[in-house]
Amino acid sequence: MAKTAWTKSDAFYNEYFRNPNPDKKSTHYCPGCGHGHVHKFLAEAFEDFGVVDQTIMISPVGCSVFAYYYFDTGNIQAAHGRAAAVATGIKRAHPHSIVVSYQGDGDLAAIGTAELIHSANRGENITVIFVNNAIYGMTGGQMAPTTLKGQKTTTSPRGRDPKNEGNPVKVCEMVNSLDAPVYLERVSLHDVKHRAKARMAIRKAIKNQVDGIGYSLVEVLSPCPSGWKMDPVDSMKWIEEEMTKVFPLEVFRDRSKEIEPSQEKKHIPTKDEIITNLGLKELHDEAFQKTQMASHYKNPAIKAAGFGGQGILLLGVGLAQAGMLEGYNVSWIPSYGPEMRGGTANCHVHISEKVVGSPIVSKPSVLLAMNRPSLEKFQKDVVKEGLIIYDSSLIDIKPDRDDVEILDIPATKIADELGNTRIANMVILGALVGYTNILNLKSLVATLPYIITRKRLIDVNKKAIEKGFEFGKNFQKKDLQN
Amino acid sequence: MAKELLKGNYAVVKGAILAGCRLYFGYPITPASEIAEAASFYFPPIGGTFIQAESEVAAINMLYGAVSGGIRSMTASSSPGISLKMEGVSYAAGAELPIVVVDVVRGGPGLGNIAPEQSDYNQVVKGGGHGNYKNIVLAPNSAQEMCDLTMDAFDLAFKYRNPTFILTDGFIGQMMEPVTYKEPRVRFPREDWAVYGDKESKRNLISSIFLDPDELEDHNQKLQKKYEIIQETEVRYEDYYLDDAKFVIIAYGIVSRMVRSAVDQLRQKGLKVGMLRPITLFPFPRKEIKEMADHGTALMVTEMSNGQLLEDVKLAAEFKVPVHFYNRMGGNVPSTEELYEQIKIQYQKS
Repeated sequence: MAKTAWTKSDAFYNEYFRNPNPDKKSTHYCPGCGHGHVHKFLAEAFEDFGVVDQTIMISPVGCSVFAYYYFDTGNIQAAHGRAAAVATGIKRAHPHSIVVSYQGDGDLAAIGTAELIHSANRGENITVIFVNNAIYGMTGGQMAPTTLKGQKTTTSPRGRDPKNEGNPVKVCEMVNSLDAPVYLERVSLHDVKHRAKARMAIRKAIKNQVDGIGYSLVEVLSPCPSGWKMDPVDSMKWIEEEMTKVFPLEVFRDRSKEIEPSQEKKHIPTKDEIITNLGLKELHDEAFQKTQMASHYKNPAIKAAGFGGQGILLLGVGLAQAGMLEGYNVSWIPSYGPEMRGGTANCHVHISEKVVGSPIVSKPSVLLAMNRPSLEKFQKDVVKEGLIIYDSSLIDIKPDRDDVEILDIPATKIADELGNTRIANMVILGALVGYTNILNLKSLVATLPYIITRKRLIDVNKKAIEKGFEFGKNFQKKDLQN
Repeated sequence: MAKELLKGNYAVVKGAILAGCRLYFGYPITPASEIAEAASFYFPPIGGTFIQAESEVAAINMLYGAVSGGIRSMTASSSPGISLKMEGVSYAAGAELPIVVVDVVRGGPGLGNIAPEQSDYNQVVKGGGHGNYKNIVLAPNSAQEMCDLTMDAFDLAFKYRNPTFILTDGFIGQMMEPVTYKEPRVRFPREDWAVYGDKESKRNLISSIFLDPDELEDHNQKLQKKYEIIQETEVRYEDYYLDDAKFVIIAYGIVSRMVRSAVDQLRQKGLKVGMLRPITLFPFPRKEIKEMADHGTALMVTEMSNGQLLEDVKLAAEFKVPVHFYNRMGGNVPSTEELYEQIKIQYQKS
């Protein structure tokens, strides 16, 4: 507790140097306002628990927007309603700090309702001080979410009508429906006895955070004589007689004794930890020799297409991955825009000696078709003297191009013989490489651990690539009918 | 050097962690959700924080709080989400907080669609929220740049105490390309303006409120001076055949990739075309564009929005030369063939 009742806590500045008012000893609050009491209870708690230096006050929008004039602590001013989110951010950044989200009723229970509820629901280890004076004070006395039924304000000039404006929002009751909060109490400032209770509640809410045990919220029924157009004495009476009827004073929850105190320590990762965690690996291009290929196969622009589920995208990733291992410039994109319609999943792959410009393959030099709609749709786009490879076990038509090379392979049948229909994509991949020699078989196999997540399937995928490779290598080339 | 075939969206997250980013606050939205997913996977094991916020508004304000503590932190979203975040961006600009925000732009207005567009240019490059402020804006066009520019974004944000955006789109986010990684950064100096929750920093105040008009004007003047310094110091662009080009296409992000291919093809036909690709959208390479206009170089803008980039190019060119224009919208990406034809037509006219 402060040394004597009339000394100022060390948690306050001695002179309020940030206050533009020439009087640096007084606050900007109106006579009879409750903020002074609440500030004092907080400051005493910071001092008593020895946390003045580590405290960070979040000042909201409202009369307490200038809380930073007074508290000799870290200070952050937040946007209207966002104090609890800002508090979440700074508390997570500096878990050792004591963070107080100091909010009024408009800020907390209207525009900031989502931030209130969800910071409470996450059980953020912060202290929320909710100053409920049933009115928007700073903006000149408009209706608040906690304005009482029939209460006249500048935006409820005939009194708050629940049919139009709804009923007063009961914050403690609402937050009490959540599992995570540790301590919820509503207190009042209307007389000495209740102010003593308010002081103890605020102390406890700070102590809970010092002990690292979780979320605390104290709702303080607080007078606003200016906003209510009452004198300070009548204001206190109005709290006692009217406000406490709607907002009963009680401890809604106190689990502070049930939870073991704990301190969260920040972990600073080392470089090695980051490299390991991000899975960053050194690649050695030289391990994968580039192959010799016929010049018209160089810098292939590949479109792979089929049904969703045939592993078309994976096939493309395998190609790009192998190309990268050999030191080529590569790009891969899944089907986009208009191509996403019409029964095919497809992807575009460039493997190039030059920098890849457009990653789109609209005129493929190689088309890999794994179903009939794909062959029908894309065969016309293949460049002259390009290559079409298609799965003849699923496609019962032949391409009608006579100016391109065509390789038909019963990929699905071969995959079935290997015991897994789903590896037909790898048979096609192998066939492409076997036929054209655009990539090294070794680098193709080396991509498998990157693209196959289930390790036990790597071996059968390898077999599929090898089968396809053999098929492609031995496939009899036909002369183009130019 | 570590190297990996990676999607652009993942490259952002790995780049962020390499740059020392330790807190991520986000809300799911297509096509940016992968960034949040990757962040939820990679941040916690290294002692970082990932929070899926209750809203975009909460996410940007959590970011505001974390960055107030001088710690490198970020959020990411897509266009409708960025609209919601603009309140927080304005506050961060006012309080001079180095927040890093990634915008994976999708088609708009309204719910629009999830296909790539560049229609957030105005809301991101011109500020977006209330008040006289600017964001630093970086526009990657590859997975490699998604990683590298994210790293640079943190350095620039902290160098200038200024909100910094990565402006990208769903196309670059989905595209896989090789990414070569830089060394991770783990040590950072204390920021003399930040609130660390200790004695040395407690007199620091993070705030954007200046009730007195003269004080607020001074604050605004200070911000404008900062933006001038950024404009003088930090312009970045890619020069593609600008040396002898008679006709220059200006394009950023994914469009620049198609323009590059079209320029290659047009060069093969002997047309003296080139490309200027702004890598920074603010600061904008306006001096370079003005010089071209002074020399009478014909200009053409291609973009996936309704002339938002075009306006800046016209202003930079000071209306000294006509600026040709070709755009697509709604999520349609122009093809190389399409751009080849369009550029050829305009080239022959000019």
